[in-house]
Parts: sequence; C-alpha cells; structure tokens
Amino acid sequence: MKKEEVPQFDENLLNGIKEIQYAVDENGNYTEVKSPGWEPKNIALKQALNIVDEMIEDARQQVLNEEKSPVYFYMYLKQMDLTILKEETRFPKFIIKRHFKPAVFNKLSVSTLNKYTSVFGITKEQLLKVPEKPVKALEYNFGFKLNN
Amino acid sequence: MENKINFNHKMSAHCENGVTANLLRFYGIELSEPMIFGIGSGLFFFYMPLIKMNGIPVTSFRPLPGLIFKRVTSRLGIKVNVQQFRNQKKAMQDLDILIQQGIPVGMVVGVYDLTYFPPAYRFRFNAHNIIAVGKENTNYYISDPIMEKIELLNSEDLLKIRFAKGTYKPKGKMYYIKNVPKIFDINSAIIKGMKHTCRDMLTIPFPYAGLKGINTLAKHVKKWPEKLGERKAKLYLGQVVRMQEEIGTGGAGFRFLYAAFLQESSKIMNNSDLNEISEQMTEVGDLWREFGVAAGRIFKDRYPGEKPYDEVSDLLLNIRKKEENTFKNLNKIIKPL
Repeated sequence: MKKEEVPQFDENLLNGIKEIQYAVDENGNYTEVKSPGWEPKNIALKQALNIVDEMIEDARQQVLNEEKSPVYFYMYLKQMDLTILKEETRFPKFIIKRHFKPAVFNKLSVSTLNKYTSVFGITKEQLLKVPEKPVKALEYNFGFKLNN
Repeated sequence: MENKINFNHKMSAHCENGVTANLLRFYGIELSEPMIFGIGSGLFFFYMPLIKMNGIPVTSFRPLPGLIFKRVTSRLGIKVNVQQFRNQKKAMQDLDILIQQGIPVGMVVGVYDLTYFPPAYRFRFNAHNIIAVGKENTNYYISDPIMEKIELLNSEDLLKIRFAKGTYKPKGKMYYIKNVPKIFDINSAIIKGMKHTCRDMLTIPFPYAGLKGINTLAKHVKKWPEKLGERKAKLYLGQVVRMQEEIGTGGAGFRFLYAAFLQESSKIMNNSDLNEISEQMTEVGDLWREFGVAAGRIFKDRYPGEKPYDEVSDLLLNIRKKEENTFKNLNKIIKPL
C-alpha cells in the first residue's frame, strides 16, 4: 500500500486517536502513516458493538417480561458473563443463576444487593429496575456516543 | 512520593511491539517496531471455528500475547524478569519498589476498565501491554504505545486492570529488563525470527494454523450464508476484518509491518533478495486489503457480484497461494544462512 492510499476515514470512532499504519513512500521505503479509520474496519467494529447492544436489549426485554431479574440485565450491560460475575462477586454460579429469578431477587438481603451494586458500579435504585428505554452500552458505561 | 523515570515514549501500531521497543530503547537498544515484530516472529494466522467468543469463531493474525517480548529478548540475549501475582497488594508494592529504583515496568492489563482508552475499544480483552514509568502520590505515569503521550492512571484503576477478570486473566503480570548485553548479533536474531515465522506459516500440521488456516477459512466462508443466514455470516466476516485491521496490526493483518521488517533487514544484512521478498509481502498485504474492501461491500449490501461469499473465498485462496510462495521464497533465502 502506498502512503497516500492509507485510508483516512474519520467517524471519530476512536475518540480522536489515530492508529499507525505502515505504507511505502515515493521511494519504495516503508514509513509510518497515522489513520483515524477505514470504512470496512469501522463497520466491522460497529457490528461488534451492536452485538453487545442487542444482547443487552434482549436481556432488558426478559426483565420487563418478568422472566429474569435486573442482575441478568446488568451482567450484559457491563459486558460480563457468569464466569466474570462469579469472580467479581465470589458467589457460586448456581447462586447467581438463582438471583436471575425475579422471585428470588425480590427477597435478596441488603448485603447481597450491595455486592451487586458495587460490582456493577451502579446505585441501588438502578439495580432494582431496568431502564425504560433501550440503552447503548458505550453511552451508558462510558458516556461515549457513536455517530451513526 | 514522586518518581518519574526519564522515559522516551514512542507510539506504535501494536502494543506488545511498542512496549518491547520502548523498553529496549530505555536500555540503549534502538530497534524499530518492524524489527521488534520480525525478530519476535509476530506474524501468524490462526482460524479456530471450534473456539467461539460471543458466538463467533476466533481468528487471529498474531501468536499468543507475550511471545513477542519473550522471543525478542531471548534472541538478543537480554535478561528479563517476568512474574505474576496472587496477592494484589504485593503486586502493587513490588511495582512501586521497581519504579523507585528507576526501572520501567511492563504490565499486561485488561482494557475494559482502562479509563483513558478509546471507549469503542473497551471490550473485555485482557492482553493489552503498558509500561509504568513513574508514580506521583496515587497516580501512575503510563507509557501506552497506542496513546500519543504519557498517560496518568490512579492506583485503584491500575490495580483493577492488572487483575481484570474473565478469559486470560493477567494476574498482575509484570515484566522488566534486568540485564542488557554489551554486544549482540542482530543478524542471527533476524534469521532466527524469520525461520520461526516460516515454520509457523508453512509447516504446522494442523488445518487451522498458518497457511492451512487461511485455506480452511476460505472453505468455510463459502458456506457461511447458507449455514448461518445473512446476518450471522456478516458478523463472522466482520470478526475476520476486525482482527485483520484493529488495534495496531499496522494494516492488512500485520503483513505490511512484516514487509517493513523484511525491507529493513535487507539493508542491515546487505541482502537485496530480502528486499524482493518485502515487495512480495507488500503485494500480499494489498490482497488482504482487497479482501477487506470486498467484505465492506458485503456489510453494506453493495456487493456487485452474484455470489459474494464465493468471491471472497476465492480472494482468500489467492492470498493463501501468494503468501505460500512468498514464505517459500523467504525460506529458500534464509535456509543456508
């Protein structure tokens, strides 16, 4: 790839950061060129971010349908899985799975709830219900908005 | 406590290359990112449909994290210390002691809680590399090759990312250089690096690694739309493009970086044949970019042909052929050396 062909497709996906690409200059020598993005690469990254958002939304719906408790939703929102949640809370997996049940969740002790709020980094009010509207993980967790 | 090591921070395409290059520079060994990458045999291909992350097969254009640093230092005869911790407090205390002695310390960390990192890259990925180059009160000075300048990170956040949870836990892993030899044989290190990469790409008897892996991917791609449906096929293809282009491959799944290494080596070793291989590797890289462009059209439903997945599969087979010739040619040149 020639230096002047290095894509400069900027959607501010990387918050102003440019990545180094290697390309050849007019004398055929390799040199570093900075690039804010490339369209196929950006689409691929946005697809991956969308999968996360879709899983979160699916979890949110299950909570709204009273099939799952908010713990299940926040696990997805924080990009965790059962293993990570187990390691963070030190609760066994089968206990966490029980906490996914609304009936069990509603009877959880204050200390157990506190454990979840501290692991998820949210308030108790947040933990007790899920947001009313679909959320974007990047915006909710890091205050970062993608321009689509 | 205030302690800031006088550290020459330089950005790089890839974090492990950059950390290794920056650490070596501190000890007076100036090697470019492509040299680090090549000597450390950083080029690879791996497609593993049986291991999935978020339901998508794992593809990689590089070997396991940590290998580049290990190989470069061992091939140059540099003594290093690498350790992991069970005790989190001790992991931070030991880090502080080294910083106080003026030793820059490399660390493997997770990026999800890495506060200064671009939010779109903050996945639960636990193999990022950074260097601690100082401490002021409760803040650490961090040299991160992805970032333009030295960043600040508070000790609480640093502890969190050093003990990130999930797959491939870093367990507080840190590493530093203990001893640098006065003289070293750069030519022999280069040759060792090249031979290793040729072996990795050409001879691993496993259909998912090296060139055989590209072949397997090409065969599978063709079946994706029928087997998985249009939506999931796009996600599978997107994952390949991400691994090919994202977070510091330098473009085309490290192929341009490797071409740069071949070019620099040809000058160091005064061997013009290597420059020819570099040009061939550039062409391979250009083909990977072509594959990326085709994938991009598929993502946007703007692929002109009838059977887009058949055509990207052919592109991959072509890449495999070209890459095979290139590595065979390289192998011929370095075998007698």
